Amino acid sequence: MTATRTEAPPTAPTRLADVDLDLLLLIRHFELSLLDMFGRGELHGTTHTCLGQEYVPVALRPLLTDGDFVFSNHRGHGHYLARFDDPHGLLAEVMGREGAVCHGVGGSQHILRDRYLSTGVQGESAPVAAGVALHLKRAEPGRLALVYLGDGTWGEGAVYEALNMAALWGLPLLLVVENNGIAQSTPTTAQLAGSIGGRARAFGVDHLRVTSTDTAVVRSALGPVLRRVRERCTPYVVELLTHRVGPHSKGDDNRRPDELAYAKAHDWYARYAEAYPEQFTAHDERQRAYVAQVVREVTGRPASRWAEADRG
Amino acid sequence: MAERVVENLNQALHALLADDPGLTLLGEDVVDPYGGAFKVTRGLSTRWPDRVRSTPLSEGGIVGVAGGLALAGQSAIVEIMFSDFVALAFDQILNFASKSTAMYGRRVPIRLVVRCPTGGNRGYGPTHSQSPQKHFVGIPGLSLHEVSPFHDNRTVLAGMLATGRPGLLFEDKVLYTTRMYADGVVDELFRYDLIGPDADVARIWVDDPGQADCVLVVPGGLAARAVSVARELLLRDDIVCQVLVPSRLWPVDADTLLPPIARAGRVVVAEESTAGGTWGAELAHVVHQRLWGALRAPVRLVHSADSVIPTAAHLERTVLVQDADIHRAVKEVVSGD
Repeated sequence: MTATRTEAPPTAPTRLADVDLDLLLLIRHFELSLLDMFGRGELHGTTHTCLGQEYVPVALRPLLTDGDFVFSNHRGHGHYLARFDDPHGLLAEVMGREGAVCHGVGGSQHILRDRYLSTGVQGESAPVAAGVALHLKRAEPGRLALVYLGDGTWGEGAVYEALNMAALWGLPLLLVVENNGIAQSTPTTAQLAGSIGGRARAFGVDHLRVTSTDTAVVRSALGPVLRRVRERCTPYVVELLTHRVGPHSKGDDNRRPDELAYAKAHDWYARYAEAYPEQFTAHDERQRAYVAQVVREVTGRPASRWAEADRG
Repeated sequence: MAERVVENLNQALHALLADDPGLTLLGEDVVDPYGGAFKVTRGLSTRWPDRVRSTPLSEGGIVGVAGGLALAGQSAIVEIMFSDFVALAFDQILNFASKSTAMYGRRVPIRLVVRCPTGGNRGYGPTHSQSPQKHFVGIPGLSLHEVSPFHDNRTVLAGMLATGRPGLLFEDKVLYTTRMYADGVVDELFRYDLIGPDADVARIWVDDPGQADCVLVVPGGLAARAVSVARELLLRDDIVCQVLVPSRLWPVDADTLLPPIARAGRVVVAEESTAGGTWGAELAHVVHQRLWGALRAPVRLVHSADSVIPTAAHLERTVLVQDADIHRAVKEVVSGD
């Protein structure tokens, strides 16, 4: 079945605990700093920021345990920071500096740490996560495998092969779809026929659509979903209608001004600042300064090294 | 009489599943009573219903699931019904399983074997007869093996899983019903032994393993054909041909293969793959680079034609490598100097 939550764009967001607000702001300033550094030519390669989507992993954070597997994608900095609170390790990875999570080999979109993995091919993680979920079902019941997908990822056949097997075999596989309405430069309406909910239904997999960008609302909507996946050992598709406030990568945004304005109007950042200026201003300043200090510290580190013994 | 290759493979899988409670086998139609398109998995699902699973027709998905099991510290073996279909799993092999062993900046064990029934001569036509080994040559982190009648498959499969690197095991479909060789004896003329640090290379010789006019290197699927060619060369042409059959095709075990080639100074590499970008070309490059001064002739490659593989037997023969092609190549190399 499909359920839909259609809260109107909230004029008054829920007041968050400091820890949640700090994490949202940490991710926001981390991403803004990356774009700044790219702009100044201080970063090499590419990156995909999650500006506007920070609340998704923040909402999920307390609903996950260390025993759960998380599969992230190309737009994964928020996913990582919500799991590990390690901006130094992540920035060092992006910059190829000492202390990098993966010695600078993986970079922005290929990270493995404990039970967290990201990789750069769309949809590829879904069957892998199904395999992990098969193992969890047999060896560690109650734990789940979560895969972050974008709306564009639903063009990949691997997603359907994974959904099919997860439904047939009753696997604790949670697909979290960050549907930001645009796949790189292609609007979702031009690349996805039917609906994500309809596609889930075709496999007999439950689907929940959440339109709110309020961390607390999203969290309370997702709580029962994760419980159900754990207790009934069943796959589930959660679709979050979200808004990519920044470019796909670095300045490659061809959206019309009204489309950009629409995304910006749904950005939690400005709305929260307006609703709780005192709490917001103090924490925003603190996280901005913290990230600036992380950037200074990591920039000053020597280059990462990839030892012969670590080369596979 | 020695067991058939298919029985040896089947017993190997029984033994591995018995030895390792963390091993799962996945594939299309692998459970009993069907037991796989070529009956390699017969009996396994009856003994281990939870660890031997028939899957939907989703080669990419299955190899992905197996990669996930391996990522979680388990072992997995996947059967691809026809190796032509491994193309559908290329992304999982190229971009997930093999890369994950190194791309996270440290060694991540991925204990995964993808079994691929391979090759022609059964009239299955263009999309069920190919030898796709060459498409997987040179992928960092990936090893390629081929079943032969000389190598015990329990040892081969256990060895592949123990490396912690994913591997493809190619299984010539005609070989399934032929018999394994045993006790170092090929026939009344030829003997064999397993050489190299991992006993990975089967060496088939007549009279003296240190003496040959030419070395013929073939993957396991061509081993029986190579032996019959060597026999004919000896009896008809008085040419002493030593056959080398490496179990691991890639990475090439140059240290084991090169000394006998250097001694003979002449080498033919034969494989069933169609022309272009072949395994043999890679092997030839290694031989030329390391043995240039010791060679009496350039490395000679024998392979199938640059063509799709037709279905009708009389047409299939015009494309696939034939014994006569190998015979002629050895004769030309030996008489060429």
